Amino acid sequence: MTSRQALTAAAEAGQPPTPILEARGLVKHYGHITALDGTDFDLRPGEVLGLVGDNGAGKSTLIKALSGAIIPDAGEIFLEGNRVNFQSPHDARAAGIETVYQDLAVAPALDIASNIYLGREVRRKDFFGLVFRKLDYGYMRETSTRHLMDLGIGLKSVRQSMETLSGGQRQAVAVARAAAWGRRIIIMDEPTAALGVRQAGQVLELVQRIRARGLAVVLISHNMPQVFEVADRIYILRLGRRAAVLRPQDTTMADVVSIMVGAIGGDVPARGQGAATPPTATPPGYSLTPFDPSGS
Amino acid sequence: MTAESPKPGSVHATPALPAGEPVWRALLGSTVAGPLVALLLACLVFSLGTRTFLRAENISLIFQQSVVVGTLALGQTLIILTAGIDLANGSIAVLGMVVMAKYVVEGGDPIVALLLGFVVCMVMAAISGTIVSRFNLPPFIVTLGMLTAIAASTRLYSSSASYTVPPSLLTWLGNSIKVGGATVPYSIFVWLALFAVAHYALTQTAAGRHLFAVGDNIEAARLAGINVRRTLLSVYVVAGAIYAIGAWEALGRIPVADPNGYSTANLDSITAVVIGGTSLFGGRGGVFGTLIGTLIVAVLANGLTQANIDSLYQQVAIGILVIVAVAVDQLVRRRRAS
Repeated sequence: MTSRQALTAAAEAGQPPTPILEARGLVKHYGHITALDGTDFDLRPGEVLGLVGDNGAGKSTLIKALSGAIIPDAGEIFLEGNRVNFQSPHDARAAGIETVYQDLAVAPALDIASNIYLGREVRRKDFFGLVFRKLDYGYMRETSTRHLMDLGIGLKSVRQSMETLSGGQRQAVAVARAAAWGRRIIIMDEPTAALGVRQAGQVLELVQRIRARGLAVVLISHNMPQVFEVADRIYILRLGRRAAVLRPQDTTMADVVSIMVGAIGGDVPARGQGAATPPTATPPGYSLTPFDPSGS
Repeated sequence: MTAESPKPGSVHATPALPAGEPVWRALLGSTVAGPLVALLLACLVFSLGTRTFLRAENISLIFQQSVVVGTLALGQTLIILTAGIDLANGSIAVLGMVVMAKYVVEGGDPIVALLLGFVVCMVMAAISGTIVSRFNLPPFIVTLGMLTAIAASTRLYSSSASYTVPPSLLTWLGNSIKVGGATVPYSIFVWLALFAVAHYALTQTAAGRHLFAVGDNIEAARLAGINVRRTLLSVYVVAGAIYAIGAWEALGRIPVADPNGYSTANLDSITAVVIGGTSLFGGRGGVFGTLIGTLIVAVLANGLTQANIDSLYQQVAIGILVIVAVAVDQLVRRRRAS
């Protein structure tokens, strides 16, 4: 069953589908700083999940834990219901999770095709490839070109070096690379942060096209209008914990920001109140999605 | 991104894949263009200005004078492409020479001596590579330390004595064939073949792409799943093997292993790499540029001598060239970044 079919089936059954990616009680300390403080997380198949939070809320740490870039001190991660233990980004990638990093992890002097195939180069199948390990540039360029076109990214040539591209184009290539290899999930850390309005819009379109392909997307962003535009659900992280998960149609930007900065409570206890404290009541006017992914 | 969104499907519908870029155009756009023009210009000036420059034996001499430093510069290029630098390459090669020569002079088998030389050079380079890749120390400092330690160790090992190698496998690369009236030692063919192999490995294999990526953006390389440490270490080890070949070539040229020899080879090799257009910041350049850079230095030295000009002017010219090369690289990088 593809993730889209799963989604449809679950929608018909009237309950949320099994999360494609789930985390329970993630903890990560950096020295005496607690970046993740028992964070829970769930991502449903085929959705775009907006991940928001104030600076230092632990967004980057959370996605690094989910993408294998760091190993959490405690907690569990489940991929399609199975416990996984990522030791490196390599493990997460092997499981079909691709990440687009904030600082745009591309090699500027290499060309577009080389960047898309970086670390996954394809050798020729003939004598030269077998004996002399010769790369199949023709194949890599052709498939890169087709892939970029499929995603509606128009570039002059995949032989251009990355540094000849504009910021938006570079971001588009980075996202396209993730989409090319991610079989299940794409995680994007602030993909529009450095972009102008038009270019940001194009990247958001790209996010929607990736969702249309049945991939689940985690989108970190500071830009509320963008989150409200593309996200199916909004996950608000505060002080290393899940403060709330909301649907954009059920809330307003002002409310999300308020929860983000702690002006109004989410549905988890704030740090320091102790684990025994029951969750604060949902403020009037806020409909929060249930915590327990299996609940209704 | 362009405004229109191309339809998926046929690759050939858009001009995305220029069919076979002409060679001259690829050359023009590469870092090799400037050095190549400089080399040709220097050759032209000396050919017109002196009667002896263009003679076959003089051209052969230029190559012979280039071989050892040129080989060290090849290893240096690989390391500089990873955004590193190797100040110890000359001292590693000298240690290799001394080890080989001493072993043979003391009655050892030349084949074993040669293998020993390779092992010593690769191990020394591997030490630098291990420290750089494991502990993230700056290559400049690591290899500066290695330079001092290896140079002193070589003198201790040889008791500061030179070893003259009898004709054997160790001097074999000094044998030559006649090509159109000029004597061409085997070492020149070995040198050129090394460049061809290195160029192929850098541009046509995944290992080469990874080397460039590590030098270009080490974090991106790591996140792309490239084993950065292993890539770095293997670059140093391969460079060590190339230094050993340099040591072998040096014994072929002058069959004396002098622990005090080649003391400026490290800086000369860096000069050749930089003049050849490879960026000291890593990720840009290539070995073909280094070949040209080595020849530029040799042609200037040779040509100015033929023209009876004080060799100190040659050093002035080389110094200026190095600065120009770095300035051009800086300019290119800045323009591309904006």
